[in-house]
Amino acid sequence: MLLEVNDLHVAYGAIRALQGISFHLEEGEIVTLIGANGAGKSTTLRTISGLLRPFQGDILLNGQSIIRTPAERIVPMGISQVPEGRQIFSRLTVRENLEMGAYTRKDKGEIARTMERVFTSFPRLKERLNQLGGTLSGGEQQMLAMGRGMMSRPSLLLLDEPSMGLAPILVEEIFEIIKEINQQGTTILLVEQNAAMALSVANRGYVLETGRIVLEGSAQEVLENPQVRTAYLGE
Amino acid sequence: MKHSITKWSLRSVVWLIYAALAVGILWGVLYIVQLNGPTFFFQALLDGVRLGFVYALIALGYTLVYGIVSLINFAHGDVFMVGAFASFYAITQYGWGFVPAILFAMIICTVLNVVIERVAYKPLRDAPRIAALITAIGVSFFLEYFTALRWVFGADFITYQRPFPVVVWRFGGLIITNITVIIIGLTLLLLFVLQYIIKRTKMGKAMRATALDKSAARLMGINVNGIISFTFALGAALAGAGGVLFAIAFPQIWTFMGLMPGLKAFVAAVLGGIGSVPGAFVGSLLMGSIDVMVVSFVPMGSRLRDLFAFLVLIIVFLVKPTGIFGEPQSEKV
Ligand SMILES: Nc1ncnc2c1ncn2[C@@H]1O[C@H](COP(=O)(O)OP(=O)(O)OP(=O)(O)O)[C@@H](O)[C@H]1O
Ligand SMILES: [Mg+2]
Repeated sequence: MLLEVNDLHVAYGAIRALQGISFHLEEGEIVTLIGANGAGKSTTLRTISGLLRPFQGDILLNGQSIIRTPAERIVPMGISQVPEGRQIFSRLTVRENLEMGAYTRKDKGEIARTMERVFTSFPRLKERLNQLGGTLSGGEQQMLAMGRGMMSRPSLLLLDEPSMGLAPILVEEIFEIIKEINQQGTTILLVEQNAAMALSVANRGYVLETGRIVLEGSAQEVLENPQVRTAYLGE
Repeated sequence: MKHSITKWSLRSVVWLIYAALAVGILWGVLYIVQLNGPTFFFQALLDGVRLGFVYALIALGYTLVYGIVSLINFAHGDVFMVGAFASFYAITQYGWGFVPAILFAMIICTVLNVVIERVAYKPLRDAPRIAALITAIGVSFFLEYFTALRWVFGADFITYQRPFPVVVWRFGGLIITNITVIIIGLTLLLLFVLQYIIKRTKMGKAMRATALDKSAARLMGINVNGIISFTFALGAALAGAGGVLFAIAFPQIWTFMGLMPGLKAFVAAVLGGIGSVPGAFVGSLLMGSIDVMVVSFVPMGSRLRDLFAFLVLIIVFLVKPTGIFGEPQSEKV
């Protein structure tokens, strides 16, 4: 098991955002976490990345607990996050943004090779290398954020609502690329509100509601669940 | 409708103030030139620019630190003072030359500022901003009074012994000393190195990334605390060099010597646009020039110089609070 989350409780002061969630990822999978606004999806990813500390429960990466590891040491362990709202560095160039993604790596040649791989997924970034990140369009910013996330060569990539605010065509494109990245050997934890899209690429899915997992199963099972169909697929 | 009228008239008032300032400055310069002749004017300008270079070394520390933690480090002027004293001891007690003395001062200041950040500011990182600001003022007082103790630096004025003889050149009526050349040359060198670090090195890029978005920086694996320390270190090294150059230009040192240059450098940083590196530089040159011009041409100018410095601050806050190179505040997350 690549990642195992056990009975995770996370709070912001008095607000209990996660109330004991458990899930796991096998190597090579795409797993999706779906849920409405405020369900606790981003909180889950932020806790895995080490930005938040749980007050109960554990997170195991390859069997090793990481809840006390600071964020900057979790990246070199193989976990990379593409945060909600992209959070690209607006006044750094596209190239510098990508370089920051490889911050924890040393070998310049290897880094250059990873950057080339990013360009094969997102050729548009190559044309805009010296442009400031903040001047990119929303879709391009999403590509940059994903490219930046790939630059640390993670074994586990956490994606927080990659389809947010994008035109349908672009959403299709982004999800194609997510599948591609996965096929090249990266395990993916995908957080989405676009449940239909997410379940169409995922192997398995979990449904999160106000800090609790209320449903889990193969993507097919989740997709066919009547409650999911009414609550998340608009039927 | 009403809204647009007030907005329009506000803008025209601002333009009127700009115009009045421009006319005033032009008139002032012409008046000054015809009053004492152009040589006297250019001498004052040169001295002002020289002082401005020293201010720049302090102002950059304010601006770098503000850019990364949104804190006005009011103890920064006192770090500058410690730089002057460190070089004083290196020169008079250990007989060191200029270069080792200035490097020594830069290192002492770096260590001092990093310790200040760790001890005084880091615990307040998530506290309201005013708490850290008041702490900074407290640290400033602490450094000034603590170092004034007899067994530290002492409370007296001390004559600073220059590590090299002064050489004077004359061009027409204009007097240029090797001190001026060293101040301008060394400051330009340090600015170049700083610019290189910020623009080209991995640490510098991580610094800019951290200034823009701390949580995104952490997601990149950047050690944000380390970057903040590094920023305080950079600012302190520049201030330390500034302290040495200031003492060489005005060879009287005491533990409160950092107060006024520190405040004026702060005004310079605000004038240029706090958070902006080129702004700190340009603002400092303007500030130094204003400072010396007031002393040279305004009646009782040597008493009024500090008043004028803060007048500049007030005008900036009224006319363009973001300063010359400042970006709209919305840029910061
Ligand atoms: N910084 C914070 N301080 C206090 N409460 C927070 C904070 N961030 C999130 N919360 C609360 O925690 C709960 C979970 O938030 P979270 O951002 O994880 O939801 P989400 O599932 O990602 O929602 P969305 O789909 O809108 O992004 C919400 O009730 C939210 O209000
Ligand atoms: Mg979210």
